[in-house]
Amino acid sequence: MLPELGNFALILAMIIALAQGIVPMIGAARGIPSWMAFARSAAWAQLSLLVFSFGILTYAFVTHDFSVAYVANHSNSALPLSYRISAVWGGHEGSLLLWVMLMSAWSTAVALFSKRLPLEMVARVLAVMGLIAAGFTSFVVFTSNPFDRYFPAPLDGRDLNPMLQDFGLIVHPPMLYMGYVGFSVAFAFAIAALLGGRLDAAWARWSRPWTIIAWVFLTLGIALGSWWAYYELGWGGWWFWDPVENASFLPWLVGTALMHSLAVSEKRSTFKSWTVLLAIFAFSLCLLGTFLVRSGVLTSVHAFASDPTRGVYILMLLGVVVGVSLVIYAWRAPQVKSAGNFALLSRETFLLGNNVLLVVATATILMGTLYPLILDALNLGKISVGPPYFNAVFVPLMIPLIVVLGIGPLSRWKQDDFGRLAKILRYALVVSLVLGVLWPWMLFGKLDLMVVVGATISIWLVACILLDLFYRIRHKSSFWKGLTSQPLSFYGMSLAHLGVAITVVGITFTSYYSLEKDLRMAPGDQLELGGYLFQFDGIRDAHGPNYTSTKGIISVTRDGKPVGTMYTEKRNYTVQQMPMTEAGIDPGLFRDLYVAMGEPLGDGGWAMRIYYKPFVRWIWLGSLFMAFGGILAASDRRYRLMARRKAGLDIDAKLATQES
Amino acid sequence: MKHLAFPVFFLLMVCGSVAFARFDTFVFETPQDEQRFKKLSAELRCLVCQNQNLADSNAELAMDLRRELYNMIKAGKSDAEIIDFMVVRYGDFVLYRPPVKPSTYVLWVGPLVLFVIGVVALVMFVRRRGDDVLAGGDLNSDEQNRLEGLLGKQNEKPHQKTGSGGKRKQK
Amino acid sequence: MKARFLVPLILFLLLIGLFVAGLKLDPRKVPSPLIDKPAPQFSLPGLLDKEKIIDTAELTKHKVSLFNVWATWCVACRQEHPFLMALARAGDVPIYGLNYKDKREDAIRWLNQYGNPYVANAFDEDGRVGIEWGVYGTPETFVIDSKGIVRYKQIGPLTEQVWQETILPLINEIRAEEG
Repeated sequence: MLPELGNFALILAMIIALAQGIVPMIGAARGIPSWMAFARSAAWAQLSLLVFSFGILTYAFVTHDFSVAYVANHSNSALPLSYRISAVWGGHEGSLLLWVMLMSAWSTAVALFSKRLPLEMVARVLAVMGLIAAGFTSFVVFTSNPFDRYFPAPLDGRDLNPMLQDFGLIVHPPMLYMGYVGFSVAFAFAIAALLGGRLDAAWARWSRPWTIIAWVFLTLGIALGSWWAYYELGWGGWWFWDPVENASFLPWLVGTALMHSLAVSEKRSTFKSWTVLLAIFAFSLCLLGTFLVRSGVLTSVHAFASDPTRGVYILMLLGVVVGVSLVIYAWRAPQVKSAGNFALLSRETFLLGNNVLLVVATATILMGTLYPLILDALNLGKISVGPPYFNAVFVPLMIPLIVVLGIGPLSRWKQDDFGRLAKILRYALVVSLVLGVLWPWMLFGKLDLMVVVGATISIWLVACILLDLFYRIRHKSSFWKGLTSQPLSFYGMSLAHLGVAITVVGITFTSYYSLEKDLRMAPGDQLELGGYLFQFDGIRDAHGPNYTSTKGIISVTRDGKPVGTMYTEKRNYTVQQMPMTEAGIDPGLFRDLYVAMGEPLGDGGWAMRIYYKPFVRWIWLGSLFMAFGGILAASDRRYRLMARRKAGLDIDAKLATQES
Repeated sequence: MKHLAFPVFFLLMVCGSVAFARFDTFVFETPQDEQRFKKLSAELRCLVCQNQNLADSNAELAMDLRRELYNMIKAGKSDAEIIDFMVVRYGDFVLYRPPVKPSTYVLWVGPLVLFVIGVVALVMFVRRRGDDVLAGGDLNSDEQNRLEGLLGKQNEKPHQKTGSGGKRKQK
Repeated sequence: MKARFLVPLILFLLLIGLFVAGLKLDPRKVPSPLIDKPAPQFSLPGLLDKEKIIDTAELTKHKVSLFNVWATWCVACRQEHPFLMALARAGDVPIYGLNYKDKREDAIRWLNQYGNPYVANAFDEDGRVGIEWGVYGTPETFVIDSKGIVRYKQIGPLTEQVWQETILPLINEIRAEEG
């Protein structure tokens, strides 16, 4: 009975989403306030229904209701409670339900925090979001219903894929989805602004915090995914350029470009039609990613079991949403006037340069990801485009990006003086060139061209951030006063840029200085790697709630002093009969030690893989910095104050009408 | 593999557990050989578990091909010979680094072309704007002031002072 | 409406066209580079009779022959087997087998139990010959003509549909060529 209620709530949510898409849109076009105001109540109603529906599915998992097909396929009576809850989004249907629920949460947040926005704008934004939500909810209802029943109900469930029985899976998808659907807000703002003919600086300022928060979630989602792959997949890689990883990385790149472009649109009222296009692209790429993952047009390690009807349905959804938005763009964008002028040497140029590089990188990765499909469709043969290609084309684009990233914040809006910039930057140049060679040399005792490049640009970036801070506070009466007088958005930006430097260092050092050894080890055998002595002490049998396991024990010493004991496991999940390797990791800020156990080789010997991975944590640490920087930037007081100012926005509405 | 009930699931099941490690314990004569083995096995795609390279795949075929690779390296074959061996048997599909040939020209040259287009567009766009600055046609400070007015001057103060050197210069 | 604002829309429509085409394709199917090339040379002991050597020349004695790669651990091979039996009963095309990475006694038991559609079987215990032939997903079936050229490769089980639509017309074509 309960699952039927959940299903009913889902259908109701779909209808309300449709109404939220239509009624306020007409209201805004005709100027009917009550129709426009309907948007807010609809958003709330939709969220309540979806939360209810999601709650019912969760309840079915918690109470082992195997009559629900989705539960039977993704759970088991032996599955621990925490994984029963995360299993709700462990498969296609449930993850889509999570997606639409989060989407509606964003809509409701917009309804809640837009009290000071012109009603017409709110109505259009929520209507656009309502239409998208209606599309996705109908997708769930018609092709991927998580409440479908099995009759008769099986006695027990088929269990959750063991790979997904992990903390990483509990948090990675919700974060990623929050990012994906979060970009729908920027998208809806862009469409609403195009429709309303008010593509102005105020629009840019409204979209900015929403965009930044969505970007923060996406950043964390991607970083968590990478971290999860690192420790769970058992071979120590952290990025595979898999189509599905690319699908999450593409909107991230465009979202990053969008954040920066919005800054220019807000401050200088220029690049506006470009910014709008980026807002459309960012969300379109999220939809594209969904299509790629769930349709089966590309093979991927993470892909959901694909089903042609679903592929066709999402393709239609993608076609309609993106197609219509690009038609609106082609129709309205030519009327947008970009007024701001600037010289060749100005912050605008650097920001535009950042945009160009990010968009070229996005287009390149998109092309690489789709190229096998293109050749196949043209009957030109089957090829694979993998990490060697992506690394070869992506890295050269990132190097100039990071160089520009350092200069941008130091440069002036509108017009800058080459001599002035050169005077400031020469310090950064000298420091980075010297340390870029010395630092890796002192740490590892050998160099590689790419290591020097990676270290140099990272140090360059850090030096530029410090110089920026120094030039900002040197005229202040005291150091402390200088620090406190900077706005949060400045610290946010600097921290995020610092995060980029940290991630680049992590990627560079870990790529070039990691050590790896595959070998046979019998109890008592030792291996020296990266200055650490690994000794295999033997194995022990263990068992978990739904698996049995063999634990390998490895003690590590360095210069005779104990570092720790590491445990790696070879688990066998009883229901799915699936063997899994759990890597043993001794994490550290400057190096990870990583051991994974393979097959028994007879005579007490085991196949072992041992890694020494310097600075690998920095990859994710940098992502945390970026995310934290984003949070700081989004909480800058000008956004909060804006929310409280009603009077100002009335004038703003006037300004907008004058402009359009 | 022998307990499977549904043939459809065949490929899925063989690769299902991508998180289950099967390591080789090859012994190499030189560190260079070991390096080459790692590089080549990472750049070759497994045909059974198609989203894994040979190095990471647990498929039987991948293990056989790794042994084949090891033997070829031991026999002193060059990288080109080894890659050719794989391509002759499995086609270009095995190469994660696509070969440069007419059908992949766009793939390999595309990024560079995009980059050049991007830079040219950037320069042209900025040039056009730049002429106006020099001619003094600055509509924007006006608009900026209006925006500041309506969004609240006071709140902007700290930001504007620090954020835009250009402003200071104008004054 | 300025033309440049239409560029994103046009690019997007191309992309949608690509996906429409893409939905009909199977990304997992990898065509064999051996098509229209000479069949790889091999020489292996027979499955039923260790002493009898099966080699590439043996396959090309006929105008056209099938070379079927199978194993007892391969579930899809079990599914395909009745169709092979039907083909063998029809006696139209000789079927040779490559027993791939299997145990000899398992394979012999399988043939005794389910029937033997093969003219002869080569026993490829370590899978080396499978690698020579680019085998990656059993069952696989090669169509070979009398000049020893590989004309077609079926990945996955042979079915009535594939047979009628693809393989039989090809066989007729080959026979017509050779007169």
